[in-house]
Amino acid sequence: MSRQRSARSAALGLTVRRLPTTSQARGAGPLRRRLVVGALVLASLVLISLSFRADGSGPLGGVQSAGATVLRPFAVGFERVAQPFRDVYAWADSLLSAQSEADALRDEVRELRQRAIQSEFALQENVYLRELLDYIDGPRFPADFDPVAAEVIGRPTGAFTQAITIAVGAKNGVRANDPVVTADGLVGVVTRVTSGTARVQLLTDEEAAASAIDLRTGATGIVRHARGTRETLVLDRVRKQDVVRRGNEIVTAGWRAGALSSLYPKGIPIGRVTSVGQTDTDLFQQVQIDPYVDFGALDAVIVLVPQERE
Amino acid sequence: VSATAWLRASLVVFVAAMLQVVIVSSLVVAGGAPDLLLVVVVVLGLARGSIPGAILGFAGGLVVDLVTLGTLGVTSLVLTLAGFWAGRYAETTGRDRRFAAVIAVGTITVLAAAFGYVLHYLLDEEVVARHALVTALAPAFVLNLVLALPVNALVRRLVGEGERDELAPEVEVLAS
Repeated sequence: MSRQRSARSAALGLTVRRLPTTSQARGAGPLRRRLVVGALVLASLVLISLSFRADGSGPLGGVQSAGATVLRPFAVGFERVAQPFRDVYAWADSLLSAQSEADALRDEVRELRQRAIQSEFALQENVYLRELLDYIDGPRFPADFDPVAAEVIGRPTGAFTQAITIAVGAKNGVRANDPVVTADGLVGVVTRVTSGTARVQLLTDEEAAASAIDLRTGATGIVRHARGTRETLVLDRVRKQDVVRRGNEIVTAGWRAGALSSLYPKGIPIGRVTSVGQTDTDLFQQVQIDPYVDFGALDAVIVLVPQERE
Repeated sequence: VSATAWLRASLVVFVAAMLQVVIVSSLVVAGGAPDLLLVVVVVLGLARGSIPGAILGFAGGLVVDLVTLGTLGVTSLVLTLAGFWAGRYAETTGRDRRFAAVIAVGTITVLAAAFGYVLHYLLDEEVVARHALVTALAPAFVLNLVLALPVNALVRRLVGEGERDELAPEVEVLAS
């Protein structure tokens, strides 16, 4: 049937005519459109498949690493330009929540908290060493690590992944699984490394976990994200007979079992217990933690690089 | 589409991608952050058509995946379809609609979140549906709508309007 066809509308008694369109629109246009979008979707799927299977290694990993290296100066440049605006935003945000008054006190609390943790651990270890002479298999201290300071150049881009990109990489000695901290406490772990950048999985990511211990009572568990929120963490797998009290400090456990050891060194602050609950049906206690680190305002972090890699 | 228009549009997408990664994604309000790159891709699709929309979406997504060292292709796939859909909307039912940008940005924000959730789920990445589709999406939806009109005006001023050579055929009412 001809495109120029006319028809009479039965309802309105009007004649309507389909207007001619350009040959490009009716001919090559739709085909070209389908080809282009089909090719792009296919390219995306191929990239996803290769990238997912390679997981940062192989030829595609090299391409990604090269791309990241090329884009790094732009990211750093944009970061520098954006910093004043971010500062203004952070300032307004802190003004609204009255945090500006707490800044001076927070520094003091941070220092005292670190001292208290160190003292508490020293005391515990003293007692432990007297009772157990085979302490040699015990966890190691962060003294075995070298700090590498890093600027944050990329932040979580969506609701799916809680990860940041930092401006240090393999050439700075950083490797996958190196722990990342700030002066406040534990941030996460390095999951991917290029020569000049690295991706850090935050502790608030759905797939992140860290073995942790209640500093006062010695109750152990696994710190994970709290479902449905980014602001809180939970201490999972705490047995019902263990004692955990509101206000207690949670730090990394830093366990060691033969050749295996925790990714995180012992004694890094994680947060403070805000609530403890348990039900008859649950096997474990429900412990909620308020993290010391503000994961939404990370400007710089410290990567803990082991002095001796195994 | 002229080479100059392509160059301008590419620059706009590149700048939007870098801004998204470096600053916009950290501007969290009520648990969600705006997606400037998605808004820009949608607006470019509306202004230049489905093919440029899809291509620019693919490129923008690739930049994000490279800078964040994420799984290559995930953001590209989402933004390719977003740009394409926006372009088709402009070429068909959305033409001459005053608030086409707002409608397209709102709809595509929701669809992109749902598609992204499915995509990450298929890639075996643990994602909490309530957070992805409610807690983070609701404020992101509102923030993207707030961005839609100013970004639409700015991008059209920078890139211009494309010739829509692939509009769906119209009908003309003749005298009876």
